Amino acid sequence: MNTPVRKVALACMVLFAALLVNANWVQVGQVGRLKAEPTNARQVTDRLERQRGGIIAGETVLATSVPVDDEYKYQRQYPNGPLYANLTGYYTLFTTAGLERSENAFLSGDDDRLLASRVTDLFTGESRRGGTVVTTIDPHVQQVAMDALDGRRGAVVALDPSTGAILAMVTTPSFDPNAMATHDAAAATDAYQQLSTNADQPLLNRAAQQTYPPGSTFKLITAAAALARGTEPDTRVSAPDELTLPQSTTVLPNFGGERCGDGRTDTLTHALTISCNTAFAQLGIDMGDDVLRAQAEAFGFNSTIEDFPLQQARSVFPSDLDGAQTAQSAIGQFDVRVTPLQMAEVVAAIGNGGVRMKPYLVSELRGPDLKRLDHTEPTELNKPISPEVAAKLTTMMESVVTSGSGRNARIDGVDVAGKTGTAEHGDGEPPHTWFVGFAPASAPKVAVAVIVEDGGGEFATGGAVAAPVAKEVMQAALDTQR
Amino acid sequence: MTLPPLRRPRSADLTATFAGFPLPSGLELPPYRRRELFLLGYAGVLATGALAALTLAHDGTIGFQVFTYGLGFFSLWALGHLAVRRFAPAADPVLLPVVAALNGIGLVMIYRLDLAKADSARRAGNPIPTGAAQTQLVWTLLAIVVFVLVLAVVRDHRDLSRYAYTLGLAGLVFLVLPIAPGIGATINGARLWLQVGPFSFQPSEVSKIALMIFFAAYLENKRDVLSLASRSFLGMKIPRARDLGPVLVAWLASLGVLVVQKDLGSSLLFFGMFLVILYVATQRASWVAIGMCLFMLGAVVAHSLFGHVQVRVDGWLHAFDGNNPSNTSYQLVQGLYGFAAGGLTGTGIGQGSPQRVPFANTDFIMASLGEEFGLTGVMAILLLYALVAARGIRAALGAKDPFGKLLATGLSATVALQVFVQVGGVMRLIPLTGLTLPFVSYGGSSIVANAAIIALLLRISDAARRLEEPVPDAPLFDPNAVADSPTQVVKTT
Repeated sequence: MNTPVRKVALACMVLFAALLVNANWVQVGQVGRLKAEPTNARQVTDRLERQRGGIIAGETVLATSVPVDDEYKYQRQYPNGPLYANLTGYYTLFTTAGLERSENAFLSGDDDRLLASRVTDLFTGESRRGGTVVTTIDPHVQQVAMDALDGRRGAVVALDPSTGAILAMVTTPSFDPNAMATHDAAAATDAYQQLSTNADQPLLNRAAQQTYPPGSTFKLITAAAALARGTEPDTRVSAPDELTLPQSTTVLPNFGGERCGDGRTDTLTHALTISCNTAFAQLGIDMGDDVLRAQAEAFGFNSTIEDFPLQQARSVFPSDLDGAQTAQSAIGQFDVRVTPLQMAEVVAAIGNGGVRMKPYLVSELRGPDLKRLDHTEPTELNKPISPEVAAKLTTMMESVVTSGSGRNARIDGVDVAGKTGTAEHGDGEPPHTWFVGFAPASAPKVAVAVIVEDGGGEFATGGAVAAPVAKEVMQAALDTQR
Repeated sequence: MTLPPLRRPRSADLTATFAGFPLPSGLELPPYRRRELFLLGYAGVLATGALAALTLAHDGTIGFQVFTYGLGFFSLWALGHLAVRRFAPAADPVLLPVVAALNGIGLVMIYRLDLAKADSARRAGNPIPTGAAQTQLVWTLLAIVVFVLVLAVVRDHRDLSRYAYTLGLAGLVFLVLPIAPGIGATINGARLWLQVGPFSFQPSEVSKIALMIFFAAYLENKRDVLSLASRSFLGMKIPRARDLGPVLVAWLASLGVLVVQKDLGSSLLFFGMFLVILYVATQRASWVAIGMCLFMLGAVVAHSLFGHVQVRVDGWLHAFDGNNPSNTSYQLVQGLYGFAAGGLTGTGIGQGSPQRVPFANTDFIMASLGEEFGLTGVMAILLLYALVAARGIRAALGAKDPFGKLLATGLSATVALQVFVQVGGVMRLIPLTGLTLPFVSYGGSSIVANAAIIALLLRISDAARRLEEPVPDAPLFDPNAVADSPTQVVKTT
């Protein structure tokens, strides 16, 4: 009778084995999936139980967690919230955005790079703490850019052309993430509702997430394509007072009806300096849309930057263009769309001798003990133009600032290279005003892209509205880097 | 009775203890009773340590009270130990400490959930509810009293078979008692309870044992008929229809429980334990096959007929589908989130939030343990249960009478099956059924009944490990033996 008893014992052990396997499956195999379930409210509150790591820029704290005495243990705080809101994003009871989202694993302490620190905490009895994210932002430049925009809707991106490190990324209007980070669920929901229904879209990061018509700033790309195909800065190109677009009766005038050169031709340098529309439209027609598109894509159009910690919109150079559309696209109109970040990349690549560096926002990751665990090495993306073309373009851009449409960006004692843009975006709407550029022209320390939406009236231009903002930002960057 | 000499156990004792061999005769109090006491101390330290960790996490300090509570807990189970010393000195030394450890873990977790309830009531400004832990402590004391009584009254388990039919009848009566108006009560959708004043009792826990004794005694009598008188059909030996009667009755009774009381877990348990004991008695796998087929049939019929079965199966299959979690699987899904939050090592006791799961201290106490003790703790607890089952089965292997073998196997398998159905349900291995986790879950009837089961297992184990009374040598020749006997005439036919 012992044989069946032994078999029953075996059956019991099979049951227990099944339970053990199942327990491993649930508590190890499925943990990730269960934690990612949207209804798993435990995740949110768990994160609030721990000391989340900070986000800093130099000595400046962008986001931190302070102990509080309520239902949860730590409260997320954003000192000077609106200034950095588009970068830090927010961290609420319900959701996350910005760096809070992309660096969440590290900030909350779940990242594998924090394993050593977790093991130490296990023995010292400390609860799990998050690591600190160090950004590339220069707080002074960021503040100056915010002040210079002065409440107008717009965006500023400043980066170091030689590394791609983003020095400032400002968007206005901004919002206060503290209002959403409150532990009062109703108040947080309320704050989010107000911001998301606001007509000015304060939650939108205009610097990277919004595309605009580039206007005349796109002429840099058209010029780069022309220079690469043998045109010299002093080559005289066709620049009539009015250009009838191919296969149409549409007539393209110059801005304000001005004359470019002698009424028929103009040098490439002068055409860029005064932002001659007909000259660049004709160049575009001559080269064709495929050449323009290839040049634009080399600068990063029609793609996004991989592993960038913030949401990006894709800058677009459209396909299948006819002659008239090509002409308009060559001067940054029609369906060409660009983000301020993309325009900053374009001028940074020109300033950096034709080498496009990968823009980055996170420079270092530090453990709870502030020990450096990881850092970002500058990465070269590609070479959209040759060093010779870059040098010629730089000289032409210097002429824009010294004697052309960008005179308002001049800085005493510093050579500045730049390009203005005034982008039509609908009949009767005031145009968006652009300025892109870098300084010092010979060995740039900063590249900048500025857009002020609806630049303040029908007759506003990039030179009048955006160039002064860019000047201040470049000045600030040069001051702190000196 | 004299205490054994203070000495370290010799290797011979160890061999005897762990291999289950009979003791050397003449050793009054075996050394493994001391081993039991030592293990019990370990269980006490485990429970006290858990309580200390809890108070440290909750209050930030450890008071002297923790020590006194721990001592109280240890003393409680030490009573059980003394009873084993007195009434079953040769019994297995591992069962009782393992049970005490499980009970200690359960008590601390129930107390921890009380604290969470009290905290949230305090935050909301509501009156603080009375704790479940005190009630459970009273039930534990009662369970130990029952444990001692069973050991004291049942001096030989074979006596029980004499009351087989009485117990079987009592078991059935207890099973249907909650249906009776006036004393029966419906709690959480199942009519399983007897309510007398503020006390509720689940009589099916008692009938589980009573019916088990009846099954074992009945099958001990009928096993020859059942195993021999059968016809072959499709290569399987099919018993005669009239011998099939009991299995049909048991199956129908278990489904009857399911139907009337909406208790899925108990019906599965009753059916499973009868099948196990039938198989052991007859050694015929065909019984298991038939039983399984009948169970499948019953399950399909139940699923198509009864809404609450459909709800359970649906919540199991589609736990995360649709409006996640579907309203039928809310509890299951919350429990799984708890397990996930625990991960490998758990949050540490008092540092998770197991109170988020409905019925955290009864049906879903495993999720609470999984969250705060992690996979490590879950596996340790499962192994403790496996140890209970294994030690019970060892008693069955050693038992010298068929009734003892059947009863011990049945009781051990019942514990294993109950843990499987319970934990498997909570961890989404099988559909969720309402069963308690023996010794750990909050609930009086469960711990009392399971204490009685352990007492019976110890009783059988004691009998199994005793040496046979030495039979006095018969004299080779007794001159008086035949002296007075009458002469017998050999008859021829």
